[in-house]
Amino acid sequence: MQHTNNQDTLVGLFVAAGIAGLFFLAMHVSNLSSFVEDGSYTITARFENSGGLKVKSPVSAAGVKIGKVSSISFDPKTYESVVQMSIDSKYNTMPDDTTASIFTAGLLGEQYVNLEPGGSETFLKSNGKIEITQSAIILEKAIGQFLFKSAEEKK
Amino acid sequence: MIQFIQELGKSTRTSFTKLGRSSYFLLQTISGIFSVLLRPRLLLNQMYSVGVLSFLIITISGLFVGMVLGLQGYYTLSDFGAEETLGVMVAASLVRELGPVVSALLFAGRAGSALTAEIGLMKATEQLSGMEMMAVDPVKRIITPRFLAGLISMPLLAGLFSAVGIIGGQIIGSGLLGVDEGAYWSQMQSSIDFQDDIINGFIKSIVFGFVTSWIALFEGYDAIPTSEGVSRATTRTVVNSAFSILGLDFILTALMFGDN
Repeated sequence: MQHTNNQDTLVGLFVAAGIAGLFFLAMHVSNLSSFVEDGSYTITARFENSGGLKVKSPVSAAGVKIGKVSSISFDPKTYESVVQMSIDSKYNTMPDDTTASIFTAGLLGEQYVNLEPGGSETFLKSNGKIEITQSAIILEKAIGQFLFKSAEEKK
Repeated sequence: MIQFIQELGKSTRTSFTKLGRSSYFLLQTISGIFSVLLRPRLLLNQMYSVGVLSFLIITISGLFVGMVLGLQGYYTLSDFGAEETLGVMVAASLVRELGPVVSALLFAGRAGSALTAEIGLMKATEQLSGMEMMAVDPVKRIITPRFLAGLISMPLLAGLFSAVGIIGGQIIGSGLLGVDEGAYWSQMQSSIDFQDDIINGFIKSIVFGFVTSWIALFEGYDAIPTSEGVSRATTRTVVNSAFSILGLDFILTALMFGDN
């Protein structure tokens, strides 16, 4: 009987270690712990050009990540990019005149949405819209403009 | 010429009959699951020989694979000044690909070959026929517990492999090469998605566990009952498992990560 008890213990240890490994992967390696899906609300912003923004790009305010981009679509009527963001419901006190702009983290880093709170007393609700937006800065465009300008100055 | 066509026809026929026999075998195995659940002791014994005895080789290989990934990733990434993303590289390659694939290959070599040899020998020494004589269904008594044990152990082993590998990458990365430890973990956490990466890796390991156990058990059950037949069946288990793991991995990767 001693033998089978030892076996039970070892199998138990093995299963516990396996589950601990999977748990470690879920909680410590992935983003499951940092952002809970259901505790969030959605807001929409329309950009003239959303550049290299992708679904799951971070949304931050004052440099802190508060949500992520949940969908990006093209509106064929207004020719704008419609970006939906899900914001952690902890941060439900964003004023409704918040400005959304698309920035790049570092020179070559990924693009993210930055929310700049305004001074309004009323807050953004679920499915609310951000009215004031600033498009992504396209590096090629900026360089082109710079070259064009310096050529003009030389004349 | 005629002979060549005959050979082709013959090999097609044999491979189809083998496919048919193995599918029938799989159905029989799966239909025995309920009777195994009534006798968990059988499953437990097999969990020991399939899972616990593979534990050491899986964790040690995982540690070394993670350490090598950390080392190689560091040399490449430091050329671009992107050492901080080492954690992402190590974790993504382990969780998505190397964890399920390498642990399945090791599992096929360690546990699959043992299963084939065990069942082939049981057949060669007529233990299986003896059971039938005593009105004990050998599929329910012998095959299904081993199949279930492989199916349960494989995802656990793959999870362990990835977890230990990520820790190994961290030991090398931040312990030896000086990557910031906080950056290693935080970059990893922001890039690895639970659903896309962890769950898909988990599904992969279940599929590999299913296929490897199936191949190992069928080859043993189907082996020619001589010592040479058993040795050939064992070789076939390892070769066929490796092929199916790598081929299936390609298909699963294309399906799971194809759209991004």
